[in-house]
Amino acid sequence: MSDCLLLATKKGTLIFDKTGGRWKARPITHAGMAVSYAASDPREGTLWACMDNAHWGPALMRSRDAGATWEDASRIIYPKGARYIEQLIPDPKAMEEAGRPVTYKPAALMKVWVLGFAGNDQPGVIHAGTLPGGLFTTHDGGESWELNLPLWNHESRGGDLFAGDATSKNEWGGTPAAMAYGDFVPGIHSVVVDPRDSNHLYAAVSCAGVVETRDGGKTWAACNRGMLNDYLPDPEAPWGHDPHFVALCPARPDRLWQQNHSGVFTSEDGAGRWKRVSQPDVAVHFGFPIAADDQDEKTAWVVPLRSDQERMTLGGGLFVARTSDGGLSWQTFREGLPQEHCYDVIYRHALDARGDRVCFGTTTGNLYMSEDRGESWRCLGNHLPPIHSVRFA
Amino acid sequence: MPLVTFTRHLQRFFPTLKETEEVAGTTVRELLDELDRRYPGFAAYVVDETGRLRRHVNVFVREEPICDRESLADRVAPGDKVHVLQALSGG
Repeated sequence: MSDCLLLATKKGTLIFDKTGGRWKARPITHAGMAVSYAASDPREGTLWACMDNAHWGPALMRSRDAGATWEDASRIIYPKGARYIEQLIPDPKAMEEAGRPVTYKPAALMKVWVLGFAGNDQPGVIHAGTLPGGLFTTHDGGESWELNLPLWNHESRGGDLFAGDATSKNEWGGTPAAMAYGDFVPGIHSVVVDPRDSNHLYAAVSCAGVVETRDGGKTWAACNRGMLNDYLPDPEAPWGHDPHFVALCPARPDRLWQQNHSGVFTSEDGAGRWKRVSQPDVAVHFGFPIAADDQDEKTAWVVPLRSDQERMTLGGGLFVARTSDGGLSWQTFREGLPQEHCYDVIYRHALDARGDRVCFGTTTGNLYMSEDRGESWRCLGNHLPPIHSVRFA
Repeated sequence: MPLVTFTRHLQRFFPTLKETEEVAGTTVRELLDELDRRYPGFAAYVVDETGRLRRHVNVFVREEPICDRESLADRVAPGDKVHVLQALSGG
């Protein structure tokens, strides 16, 4: 069980410690600067903060002394010649251009969206999911980063655009989450490493789906079988899915969970096949984050919102839902959470679970902690900045 | 040499950066390259990895915004005043 929490917020990095039975925030770090994601490397405890500075560009900072001091890590940069196929912004004016010739844009880093740490079998290896849809890997603890070319040049993205124009159809759509960065591009927001073998990892892409490599990133394949995509003409299309977040049960890594735009999904066979386990009658369907229990493969938590069309709490009240039977049923818990005039939204990285503790932060600056597996909640802060990520350290 | 004045915000990242620096160069890009030599990593704050001026940053030469945001080829002359500014944005 961790006694330390790391928050990425719109106004800096916040660290909470549990001492003397109480959670207490340290003075804010990176004050006044937006941070898109913050997490601790479980191997040796280095803290990482993904700076999301609107003016001066995305950057990485790390702390090797538990947050006492921070230093710049190398910037992630796209290699010269990296390009992507320009996407249509989904508005009526842009759609009038449908059928136009394929156009390309040079790739530059917009945002580091998530970090994924390899296991002890690969010391120093960290993956970074980014906008515009690149997966970067460092092999030396962040001294240098390299774009994963097999995924960047994947046939589902038009092939090797360094070599020339597209040789296949681009299946990767943009994510509205990129619009604030000036373009409609895909984003990698989940990087899930198999604890049995760090060469086996999953990346989840908005909007494409889940991809998997079993050879350390040399080859990649889609694994979206069983996914249902309610907003496309063909709901079972192999691509075009919008996973909002993907998590894995560390004790049984073949069990994955996915909160998707089109419901909650789970897989028992390492993403070989997904099954929708939403339960709309208890309002478990739409949302952004999902957390997997670290021991019990059948337990996961979500914080649902009303619907895609109305991204708000249900009836003005906040609740957390938990399944303990692999998604067959969901229990909802409201004790300690606001039940009226509540407009909180929980972003995809802003829910985490560790042991009996579950914690989430909201866009309206509220932070809630449960120490009984989500059944009752206590507010740790009401006036925090908008919270982008919550991770136990 | 041109005189380059910076938004104070940049001193947060480069504490020894002076408010105004004399910098040798004949284009804005050359000024930036020289500043990057003096303050390693400085250029990445102003331009992205393609060399494009970042979206919410602007550079003025002789009180006019530069024309070439893609490669910063705008010419500068000795004594020119150059400003590196950030957009007033956020909330």
